[in-house]
Amino acid sequence: MKNNHRIVDHPVLGSLPEKDSITFTFDGKEYSGLAGDTIASALLANGVRTLRVHEASGKPRGIYCNIGHCFECRVTVNSTSGVRACLTEIKDGMVIESGKPEAQPFASKNVQDFPRTYAEFEKKQKVKGDK
Amino acid sequence: MYDVIIVGAGPAGLSAAIQCRKWDMNVLVIDEFPKAGGRLLGQLHQEPNGEWWNGIEETKQLTETASKLNTEIRLGISVHHVEKIDDGFLVHTNHGDFASVRLLIATGAAESAAPVPGWTLPGVMSIGAAQVMTNVHRVRVGEKGIVIGINVLSAAIAREMQLAGVDLHSMVLPAMNPVTKDHAHPKKVMDKLSRIAHLAPSAFLRFGGKVAKANIARKLATQFYPRNGMKMWGMPIHLRKAVTQINGTDHVESVTMFDVTADGKLKKGTEKRVEVDFVCIAGGLYPLTELAAVAGCPFHYSEELGGHIPVHNEEMKTPIDGLFVAGNITGIESAKVARAQGKVAGLSIAREKLKGIADLEYKVLQAMNDVRKTRNEASIQFHPGIEEGRTKMEDVFRESKKTETAL
Ligand SMILES: Cc1cc2nc3c(=O)[nH]c(=O)nc-3n(C[C@H](O)[C@H](O)[C@H](O)COP(=O)(O)OP(=O)(O)OC[C@H]3O[C@@H](n4cnc5c(N)ncnc54)[C@H](O)[C@@H]3O)c2cc1C
Ligand code: FES
Repeated sequence: MKNNHRIVDHPVLGSLPEKDSITFTFDGKEYSGLAGDTIASALLANGVRTLRVHEASGKPRGIYCNIGHCFECRVTVNSTSGVRACLTEIKDGMVIESGKPEAQPFASKNVQDFPRTYAEFEKKQKVKGDK
Repeated sequence: MYDVIIVGAGPAGLSAAIQCRKWDMNVLVIDEFPKAGGRLLGQLHQEPNGEWWNGIEETKQLTETASKLNTEIRLGISVHHVEKIDDGFLVHTNHGDFASVRLLIATGAAESAAPVPGWTLPGVMSIGAAQVMTNVHRVRVGEKGIVIGINVLSAAIAREMQLAGVDLHSMVLPAMNPVTKDHAHPKKVMDKLSRIAHLAPSAFLRFGGKVAKANIARKLATQFYPRNGMKMWGMPIHLRKAVTQINGTDHVESVTMFDVTADGKLKKGTEKRVEVDFVCIAGGLYPLTELAAVAGCPFHYSEELGGHIPVHNEEMKTPIDGLFVAGNITGIESAKVARAQGKVAGLSIAREKLKGIADLEYKVLQAMNDVRKTRNEASIQFHPGIEEGRTKMEDVFRESKKTETAL
């Protein structure tokens, strides 16, 4: 599965111009992209969609806006974390790591029980008071 | 100290920079995207005369002119704060601070979210994301997809994906929820589309090509909508189907779809699962204005222009001394309008610096006329009532100036 998601021929834009191949690693695995690719586009061309997992829930995330607005595509590039994959061009030898889950020392275990509105909060207080 | 810093190298920022350089000003253009051109880069529509509006080619013309004039353009740099200082502005970026006497903010637009449960799965993206992958990076976003959200932009981009050979199941609405609201209301969506249909046959319908025109316009005008959708280049557009959920474990595997009533209520027993491996969500565009806000510019809410807009006049000046805006930050319109506004801004800025040059006075007026003309002739329009929005903004600016003198 190498770069097989490229749009090579296009009826209006013409065929894809020749571009240098660029090699980089993502989570230790080697991939190649084309000069001018962003990290996000090079990975997608290789069929890789998951760029990070949610820091708390561990759920997979990929690009959303692809133009720098949503920050969903944060990866670590050559040891710098929080880099937007959709805005960063690949360079030869770049070492990219996906965003990993983070320790949640203060995470509450029963978020579901939190009141979501002030009315709910008042109701809960009242129940407590009644006891 | 630069004469002017321009934030954003889209059509507005680039054409402003070109004008400023023509008048030999000391200019710095900053953009966080690795390529110049902004959202123009991904655009590809067929004009009514059959010619293609090719964003990559249009961008090339702008960047080539800018580079002939030795314009300093720095890419891959994000501006995160703007500070008003005594003799100008301090622009804070992730590559240090830059100072200038004047500042032009041309940051363009962003897409509003129309969230549907499951939208954080890899393979779900905004419609603009798919546009950039398809036309700029030339990468297929998936094997088969569905577009959630029916508007001018999503219709245009769905067509672009088709051109590139990307398979789309259909275009449908998002299910009604507190965030998707009007985007999920078939009547309102239809109403919005047909209100821009006075641009006979309207940008949206124009995408349908000559054959479909009259027929579709009529159907849109009535409230009747065919159960199997209308087809645009063979792809069904369903104003009466909505996606309630995007399903998958590690990536998109399918969507859950229902038939909906004319006001967007789900019809029981019509649930269906459609297998797709990507989903594009289209919630419309809003002006990207944060930097103008932190610079202290007053704002005005304008539905016609697409959201909260920094107060400005037709010369692209804001009430803040030395602060200018141009392009989609002033209201959601096509790239041609943004480019024409950029020219006005550039000339306005040059006029302010060079003072009293009659030729510049004339050129500003001419460029303003050109904006109006471009607007009138626009083959793509995002919001009905742009004209009214623009007129109101002019009043708001005048008022803001009056209050200032009164103080
Ligand atoms: C996703 C998307 C798709 C669109 N597709 C179409 C289309 O198909 N057809 C059409 O007619 N119109 C389209 N538009 C509307 C588009 O906004 C205009 O056509 C036109 O590109 C606006 O030009 P502009 O110069 O105002 O802004 P833009 O072209 O958006 O350029 C703004 C530039 O500013 C940069 N920028 C923003 N914030 C910062 C910051 N803090 N620091 C550094 N740089 C920054 C951005 O990277 C961008 O390059 C689209 C808009 C979006 C958001
Ligand atoms: S995908 Fe939105 S910031 Fe990169």
